[in-house]
Amino acid sequence: MKKASHKTIRNDIILVLSLLLIASIGLFYLFVLRDTGDTVKVTIGGENYGTYSLSKDIAKDIISGKNNEHHNLLIIKNGKVYMKSANCPDGLCVKHKPIFRDGESIVCLPNQVVVTISQNQKDNIVDAVA
Amino acid sequence: MKYKPKLVAFVGICTALTMVLAYIEVLLPPLFPSIPGIKMGLPNIIILFLLYRRGPVFASVVSIIRIVLISMLFGNMMAFLYSIAGGILSLLIMILLRRLQCFSTVGVSVAGGVAHNIGQILMAMLLLETAEFGYYLIILILTGTISGILIGLCGALLIKRIPESIFKD
Ligand SMILES: [Zn+2]
Repeated sequence: MKKASHKTIRNDIILVLSLLLIASIGLFYLFVLRDTGDTVKVTIGGENYGTYSLSKDIAKDIISGKNNEHHNLLIIKNGKVYMKSANCPDGLCVKHKPIFRDGESIVCLPNQVVVTISQNQKDNIVDAVA
Repeated sequence: MKYKPKLVAFVGICTALTMVLAYIEVLLPPLFPSIPGIKMGLPNIIILFLLYRRGPVFASVVSIIRIVLISMLFGNMMAFLYSIAGGILSLLIMILLRRLQCFSTVGVSVAGGVAHNIGQILMAMLLLETAEFGYYLIILILTGTISGILIGLCGALLIKRIPESIFKD
């Protein structure tokens, strides 16, 4: 077996550093530059299901599937959104931390439910000024 | 082609090993408790080893058999589609970089790990017809890179230490 040369190790380091750089730019954008959202959009299998305000506390049982066999209990409370319960096999959506920033989402892959935060008011303000 | 019992047995052992590693991974505490679904990709140690010592065909066969078996045993159709998308993209990238010979096992493993995660995200975007995966993508690039380094180092050890005699008839 040929030993790793200096050149391949240098290339490895360049690869790792560029990936870390890409990720940190992304994280900086997501956590520092991005504002809190105001609208909660729910889609099922890519189709629009409903839109809710982030500032109004609600509990919404999202029923989906051919025979209404899927359910996800979505909670909007104190300006944050989380999945309180779901009957999906992996339960990953329930474990997801509450979301509130523009563009953040909770995805339930088995039930095909996607909950996304967006920011609509800012766009409206820009429109009004323009 | 002649039927080679030893070869078949070896494929079986390697596949079983990857499945054991996948199981151990499930038992370990999650890397990020707040972000579910992120795994180290321990089975990739075996795939990496096979890629270097037995070639791309052998590595691909074991990887694909593993994904099919795991999905049949524990998953559903959706889980299979995510795994196979990640698995195939990761294999292609690793085979390509191995052939180019410009990275060590660590570089190949990092690229494979990140490609695996990107493949899964792309399949999710396709199936759910949404582009809202930026957050997952960044976290998965980060964890794919870090676990790729560890797996590359483990793989390098195996590639160096396991003698060629275990493959002989
Ligand atoms: Zn779920």
